Amino acid sequence: MKRAFPLVVRAWWQRLISPLDLPLLGICGLLLLLAVGVMGSASPERIGSQLTNMALALVIMRVVAGLSPQRLASVAVPVYLVGIGLLIGVALFGDISKGARRWLNLGFMRVQPSEIMKIAMPLLLAWFFHQRTTRLRLVDFFIAALLLLVPVGLIMRQPDLGTALLVLAAGFYVIFFAGLSWKILAGMALTALAAAPVAWSFLHDYQRNRILTLLDPEKDPLGKGFHIIQSTIAIGSGGIFGKGWREGTQAQLEFIPEHHTDFIFAVFAEEFGLVGNVVLLTLYGMLIGRGFVIAAQATSLFGRLLAGSITMIFFTYAFVNIGMVSGLLPVVGVPLPLVSYGGTSLVTLFIGIGMLMSIHKSRMLVQK
Amino acid sequence: MKITHDDNALGKFHSRLAVAGGFVLLCFVLLVLRFAWLQIIQYGYYQTRAEDNRISLVPITPSRGLIVDRNNLQLANNYSAYTLEITPAQIDHLERTIDDLATVIDIQPKDRKRFKKLLEESKNFESLPIRSRLTDEEVAKFVAQRYRFPGVDVKARLFRHYPKGAFASSTLGYIGRITDRDLDKIEAIDQEANYRGTDHFGKTGLEQHYEFELHGTTGFEQVEVDAGGRAVRTLARTAPVPGNNLTLTLDAELQSIAEQAFGDRKGALVAIEPSTGGVLALVSMPNYDPNLFVDGIDTQSWKVLNESADKPMVNRALNGAYPPGSTFKPFMALAALAYGKRTPHQTIFDPGFYTFGNHTFRDDKKGGHGTVDMYKSIVESCDTYYYMLANDLGIDNIARFMAEFGFGNFTGIDIEGESKGILPSTDWKRKRFKSPAQQKWYAGETISVGIGQGYNAYTPIQLAQAVATLAHNGTMFRPHLVKFITDSRTGVRKLIEPQPLKKIDLNPEHIEVIKQAMIGVNKEGTGARAFAGAEYVSAGKTGTAQVFSLKGADYKHHSIKQELRDHALFIAFAPANAPKIALAVLVENGGFGAQAAAPIARQIFDYYLLGKRPKAPAAVDEAAVERDDE
Repeated sequence: MKRAFPLVVRAWWQRLISPLDLPLLGICGLLLLLAVGVMGSASPERIGSQLTNMALALVIMRVVAGLSPQRLASVAVPVYLVGIGLLIGVALFGDISKGARRWLNLGFMRVQPSEIMKIAMPLLLAWFFHQRTTRLRLVDFFIAALLLLVPVGLIMRQPDLGTALLVLAAGFYVIFFAGLSWKILAGMALTALAAAPVAWSFLHDYQRNRILTLLDPEKDPLGKGFHIIQSTIAIGSGGIFGKGWREGTQAQLEFIPEHHTDFIFAVFAEEFGLVGNVVLLTLYGMLIGRGFVIAAQATSLFGRLLAGSITMIFFTYAFVNIGMVSGLLPVVGVPLPLVSYGGTSLVTLFIGIGMLMSIHKSRMLVQK
Repeated sequence: MKITHDDNALGKFHSRLAVAGGFVLLCFVLLVLRFAWLQIIQYGYYQTRAEDNRISLVPITPSRGLIVDRNNLQLANNYSAYTLEITPAQIDHLERTIDDLATVIDIQPKDRKRFKKLLEESKNFESLPIRSRLTDEEVAKFVAQRYRFPGVDVKARLFRHYPKGAFASSTLGYIGRITDRDLDKIEAIDQEANYRGTDHFGKTGLEQHYEFELHGTTGFEQVEVDAGGRAVRTLARTAPVPGNNLTLTLDAELQSIAEQAFGDRKGALVAIEPSTGGVLALVSMPNYDPNLFVDGIDTQSWKVLNESADKPMVNRALNGAYPPGSTFKPFMALAALAYGKRTPHQTIFDPGFYTFGNHTFRDDKKGGHGTVDMYKSIVESCDTYYYMLANDLGIDNIARFMAEFGFGNFTGIDIEGESKGILPSTDWKRKRFKSPAQQKWYAGETISVGIGQGYNAYTPIQLAQAVATLAHNGTMFRPHLVKFITDSRTGVRKLIEPQPLKKIDLNPEHIEVIKQAMIGVNKEGTGARAFAGAEYVSAGKTGTAQVFSLKGADYKHHSIKQELRDHALFIAFAPANAPKIALAVLVENGGFGAQAAAPIARQIFDYYLLGKRPKAPAAVDEAAVERDDE
């Protein structure tokens, strides 16, 4: 009896962590620690609520990790259909905020259906290709492309170019990993290039401005270029070792816009310098590397495709956000994964992490 | 769900993973290169830009130097007053804020206009006055409502003040808001940085001439500002250095007495200390209150000053050019001695007129002065003597001699915009006129120059300088108003050295003859009534300058309109044996010099030499005349 209590605790603890991939959890833990540190400089008053978001996200991660890949596959179609339904709902009855129709009020809560599609899209396509494993034909890729373009088109119409591109990328990664031939990929790339001028004409003015601003931010230093100019000043003035935690003048004096959300990287880079940036990239690199290992070792096509595309979604978030803040890419609303403030993206990302863990655990079960 | 193992498909997936991995690596390398570019190679540039972002230099305006008279009486100082100021960078709706403010504190349309103008000229982060000189009540009213007006505050600022009001106005000058023309001057000597934060600039008089001495050195506060332009904290402060103080040669009490002596008459007076050239009084009447200009004169007052027929804005002492009339005669006599054209005792006979060619020049005294030597010619102011003398000397000799005394040239006084006047000569006429007929000098024109009429026109300051030079036996000084400048930081005095400009080569005996004759003027001549009973010996000469030619008709000044009456002049120095003061007085349309100008000189001398204060403005001595027989 004396040892029964610890034994019970140990057993319970074992059950709790058994579906978790410890290396992945460790890397995410480090990123979350870093996130709390940066938040302590960028917006200390938000640490509390972000810790709550993190706890919620970790719980959801644990729940998802506990599901089997088969169970994940089984919800692919319903989730996708619900997502599409909500997107149509947004287009018809959505709330307008900042000139875009993105939110849907369900009476008891407001949801942003485009966020659901970030996970629903790779899930559905992985399921779809898994169904066609035996005889994958070109027509299947066309069907996949159609399944992808419907939600992307709906999101683009909101308009929310950033999310549309992320969803498009998520779906594309599945198609890419499914083995679409290089010839067709090249053809698509060429078509995309050729279509660029046409796409340009469909872009909203503010979207065009963002691209033009990227090309020459100094042209309009007080207007559209202000964000990029101030964030590059912040990064550049950080130098090699940074100005020190809470010592970044650009951040502390609020020259950096959105400094707790999309531009939080500028705060980090100003205060921790090149050294900090390399550490952050290394953490992301480790996360992506672990994701690739999980994908490579996955025992089903569904698992491989889902793991590969989720991993690439992490990469895309990180690269697009850092590229945008440091002035390499146009400004699109993409958070810095696991670091930016905000519950929605954190939950979405940890659902992805949970899926990776689920896929990895199923491999071990198969091996046993 | 069926789990399949397809080695071929798996291999293909692994190769795709490798491609994706390679792509990830490539992108991350790209990011690292970007970081290296921003954080290593361009570090210095971005470091500077970040500093520029956060640090704002806020100028601290120095207090303007004081102007005091020779007895340390303050003539221009500064006082602190409350202004209501708005920092536009901190306000979203400026118009609405001003509308709201107007419900608390009286804000006139002209205040709004002025604020708008300031706003257009201002740089960021500056607070700009919407109202100045708030009363205590207004300050209290605003402070109670301050929470409603972020970005609006009451500040204590220094304002220029001229404690004596309408006093020595054209001498002290005034300051006003900086204009583009002032900016040109500031840029010309690279003082832009020092004038950041300065609103005012010397416009006329000493305020203008000594602007860069009076201004001081602007201090700076390094303030850390946030993106909204709000000051977060002060990083460093460089204190401003107040402007240097001017100590004048001017005697404020004497100046006051002189101004009051004019009553409501127009004119000018310049009193100089002959041994230094220091100006004791510099009067131009009517004067005005320079305080009106400090904060931007309102259009109503400006209209009154600018459009007045009395032209108070003209500095008559420096810019009014008047024929010297008979005050020219002592200098003519001295020229005669110097050129050997007359001896002191050589006499002429004056029948009351002088005929040159077929033109007759009349003497003021009917029947003439009879036998006249040099002494009598000055004491009685005999015109005929000088008609003859002028003809004997010739215009160019006269011009050469008078130029030595500074006639027709800038005196170099430390006030800007002095006029040159006209010293007529054949050369002058050739340059002045265009047609050959007009360019020729006619010998007949020389005759009236001899009695200070004709083309002659000199400023009162030139006349005063000439008298002072004569009093000081030919040694000439540059007239100056500032005795010394005190460095506000070190207390070191920078003396304006009374360096003699030159010593005119004159025979002391000749000078003595002229001085004796001028003593005679005040003892038994045209100045005798004004100086009756004086406890000191003074020397003088009356003069009357024609404004309106009567073409030979009798001059009866009561029957002539005020503005057509002659100008009254008087030059004098005292005590005659060791002159402490020399002066020139001009009363516009005052009539005879003996009537209007000499009594003013008497009041000045009485105060300066004896400390006697006059009880009333100098009375016009109706009985005194230019000639002692009328």
